[in-house]
Amino acid sequence: MQASISLSASPSLSLAKSNHAFESSFPITSSKPLNLRFCGLRREALGFSQLKRSDSLRVVVSSRSRSKKVSASSSGNGTAPKGFDYDLVIIGAGVGGHGAALHAVEKGLKTAIIEGDVVGGTCVNRGCVPSKALLAVSGRMRELQNEHHLKALGLQVAAAGYDRQGVADHANNLASKIRNNLTNSMKALGVDILTGVGTILGPQKVKYGKVGASDNIITAKDIIIATGSVPFVPKGIEVDGKTVITSDHALKLEFVPDWIAIVGSGYIGLEFSDVYTALGSEVTFIEALDQLMPGFDPEIGKLAQRVLVNPRNIDYHTGVFATKITPAKDGKPVIIELIDAKTKEPKDSLEVDAALIATGRAPFTKALGLENINVETQRGFVPVDERMQVIDAKGNLVPHLYCIGDANGKMMLAHAASAQGISVVEQVTGKDHVLNHLSIPAACFTHPEISMVGLTEPQAREKAEQEGFEISITKTSFKANTKALAENEGEGLAKLIYRPDNGEILGVHIFGLHAADLIHEASNAIALGTRIQDIKFAVHAHPTLSEVLDELFKSAKVNAHVSSPVNEPVAV
Amino acid sequence: MASPLLSRVSLSNSSAISFSSSISSTPLPRLFPPSSTAFPAESRRRISTVQSKIREIFMPALSSTMTEGKIVSWVKSEGDVLSKGESVVVVESDKADMDVETFYDGILAAIVVGEGETAPVGAAIGLLAETEEEIAEAKAKASNTASSSPPPAASSPPPSPAPTAVTPPPKAAPAAVPEGPRKIVATPYAKKLAKQHKVDIASVVGSGPFGRITPADIESAAGISPSKSSGVSAASSAPPPVSSPPPKAASAAAAPASAEIPGSTVVPFTTMQAAVSKNMLESLSVPTFRVGYPVVTDALDALYEKVKPKGVTMTALLAKAAAMALAQHPVVNASCKDGKSFTYNSSINIAVAVAINGGLITPVLQNADKLDLYLLSQKWKELVEKARAKQLQPHEYNSGTFTLSNLGMFGVDRFDAILPPGQGAIMAVGASKPTAVADADGFFSVKSKMLVNVTADHRIVYGADLAAFLQTFSKIIENPESLTL
Repeated sequence: MQASISLSASPSLSLAKSNHAFESSFPITSSKPLNLRFCGLRREALGFSQLKRSDSLRVVVSSRSRSKKVSASSSGNGTAPKGFDYDLVIIGAGVGGHGAALHAVEKGLKTAIIEGDVVGGTCVNRGCVPSKALLAVSGRMRELQNEHHLKALGLQVAAAGYDRQGVADHANNLASKIRNNLTNSMKALGVDILTGVGTILGPQKVKYGKVGASDNIITAKDIIIATGSVPFVPKGIEVDGKTVITSDHALKLEFVPDWIAIVGSGYIGLEFSDVYTALGSEVTFIEALDQLMPGFDPEIGKLAQRVLVNPRNIDYHTGVFATKITPAKDGKPVIIELIDAKTKEPKDSLEVDAALIATGRAPFTKALGLENINVETQRGFVPVDERMQVIDAKGNLVPHLYCIGDANGKMMLAHAASAQGISVVEQVTGKDHVLNHLSIPAACFTHPEISMVGLTEPQAREKAEQEGFEISITKTSFKANTKALAENEGEGLAKLIYRPDNGEILGVHIFGLHAADLIHEASNAIALGTRIQDIKFAVHAHPTLSEVLDELFKSAKVNAHVSSPVNEPVAV
Repeated sequence: MASPLLSRVSLSNSSAISFSSSISSTPLPRLFPPSSTAFPAESRRRISTVQSKIREIFMPALSSTMTEGKIVSWVKSEGDVLSKGESVVVVESDKADMDVETFYDGILAAIVVGEGETAPVGAAIGLLAETEEEIAEAKAKASNTASSSPPPAASSPPPSPAPTAVTPPPKAAPAAVPEGPRKIVATPYAKKLAKQHKVDIASVVGSGPFGRITPADIESAAGISPSKSSGVSAASSAPPPVSSPPPKAASAAAAPASAEIPGSTVVPFTTMQAAVSKNMLESLSVPTFRVGYPVVTDALDALYEKVKPKGVTMTALLAKAAAMALAQHPVVNASCKDGKSFTYNSSINIAVAVAINGGLITPVLQNADKLDLYLLSQKWKELVEKARAKQLQPHEYNSGTFTLSNLGMFGVDRFDAILPPGQGAIMAVGASKPTAVADADGFFSVKSKMLVNVTADHRIVYGADLAAFLQTFSKIIENPESLTL
């Protein structure tokens, strides 16, 4: 777990910190099915807790009002918190807070959510959601510009062009639509949405209020911090929001530069390179580590570089820090000073039209009042245990206080935050639950997509060595998949890392058409503890891309053929 | 130097079977009694069945979008024996690294495209010889291919940089020099194009914003019309644009490659090519004439089959035969240095023209009449290797007294060569082909026949000299046992 986290993180962190134990990988990567789908998401997350599934469903459907809901959920867990205003107060209405709130209501908790900005947080407003809109455009542009590909399909298209404002509007419209869905879903369930910046005053006590206005103080039996993160900008970089920008600005697509440098080649950088090159820009990557896409499984990274970087109008500088970036002004271009990452010697300077800082995400935990309860952040992150319970400066657990999502830095993905929130609600309603982060998939929505769950090959090898077991690797190609070939998109690879002795799935990595959707068969298998010898008998519709995974599982050679019918869920 | 190229690569001239065709294609026997001259330009011609013995290993198309591939590594090295199905080379396409297998047994004779280099799909990246003898031919061909492949192949220019007609060193400052000396700034795609078209980026003047070198600059430097993809970016608008840029690709597509020829590229001679050019001009001052002769090669072919396993190459056989004939006709081995006298050379040194790296060189088999076939073959192998490595010493390429040039492997049936300055004669060898021959009694038979054509300096070598020499040569080829003595 630890490993996987640092992994996804390191790429994006690139600059600045020498130690990237946890940097974000930015929720952009998350594929959280937001609109209307939240129940689906929740159910999935619940899958590996003890679920009362039918129950919860009924609740969702019927709980238009609180009273009904309460009666429906027989958990008997407090309608009226004795001496508290709320059972649960969540600070931050991003995807994590939203997921926690919905689940809390379902569990019969009186819930409030405090938001100082707009509902939806980074993911919906400045991350995964609008970026998917841009990527949808870039994917189509790519298809339409690829004459060879079109010709192979027998299609003729005159010339593809785009209207920048139209693309930008699409992204913006999508974000507001999802934001409304989110807001409405909470309102419909009766979650109190409190506006203002939330600050912890002491145990179980929170104040909130708009700047200048008087503060309101509320009490809650349990509090969840879900304040998320903001783009991380290393020192020396001057962000002007026009020519030197972060993902926040880039998603507005206010201009498409001829040449843009992207600092950081993690998920964020990679996705934006996909967008910009499709729209006609040339891109220069600046990566602090020695190779591009350092967070990915090396084999997948190599392949991805071949497909996503080399043939496009992209070049790169690796092993360098951008120490100083000056926005374009006075008739000069954006100037980027590079130094060698190891020797710190000045190495080069670049002159480009724009620079996008995609060096990861920094937790947004200021003004939270953590000092009031003696909690010290670690490089901004709120320290938590495996149950997301906050740890104070002395290493003791702070009762009734939890932190989920980017703010704790465990796994900076929107859907991870949501899953953590659900896990916390399970705990505060009396069911111990620990989230298996190794079962949380991640995806990068380039064309084609990259997705992964569990360990990378080097991580698996390290673990195998430490714990003394064997691992095996098997791979299948999209080239052999009928559906992929029908789409003329045979480019791709699925890779399975597993234990041949017991059939445990350690990691699955996919690069190819719709990889982000395909990964869930693997992540669900990991979450539920399904072994390869069992899952290989599952039937897949033909012809579908899912047969790539079918073939992958079937090609694994598991020695223990005795399949135990029941596997204990792998709770960590 | 001799005739333009001369590698011997046997394509598929073994028209075999095609009796009729061979008849028609065969020139009429000239002068001398044809009867049976035997002379294999190459071994392969002999069998009616198959094709070339030297095969090209092509850059495969590993994906539908692949237009060029990069050699990651050669699994085999030159001289390795390959069997069908073995991996020979690892090629990196736009998609993946893939092992490329050979479809034939043979010997990896020459690597045309080295590791780390890139070649377009379909280009020869290596040559596969059927037997060791053909390795030299293959190598010659290799260099030849390298030279003949048009623009991309500028890859390995031989020795020196050559007169830098086109690309002077860093002109440094682009047109719009703002303040003081600037570094060269080129966009990622421009750099990619420059590499692809082998444009020295330092010599390009940037026309983009801030004097930056754009893809269009590289394309104009490379003399190609702007490609579509560059158009996409080129059309994009400048910084903070308020209005949305109009469909970029559209404007791009509007300017498709126009059909003008201005795209020609000027590539300066390498030093070797310059030397060839100079020699060729000098040759104009020598009055030459040519005599052709058909030679039946069946016996030689048979011999070749026998000695091939011992490492004897066709080149060695031909050189040896020529040397033995020259020994009996010293005047053909003489040279005219001052226009007033014969210089009879003390040794018979057979120069063999070899196309290499876009140039032409003539490694010399010294004392070819005295060395036996096996030594000659070995010597030849060494020379070719040295030539490849550019390590030939001057005496190893300029001490020839007679030159042999063979284009038979291309299916050339006859050609004439230009006499290299300082020598008395040069022999141009065509392909040996099955030919219907009528003997003195009017009986028809099919013989393998090869046309040789000797160009000589008429100041010292007269028609009868040459004819007699050719007759001797023909006899040696037709009764080749003496070659092995």
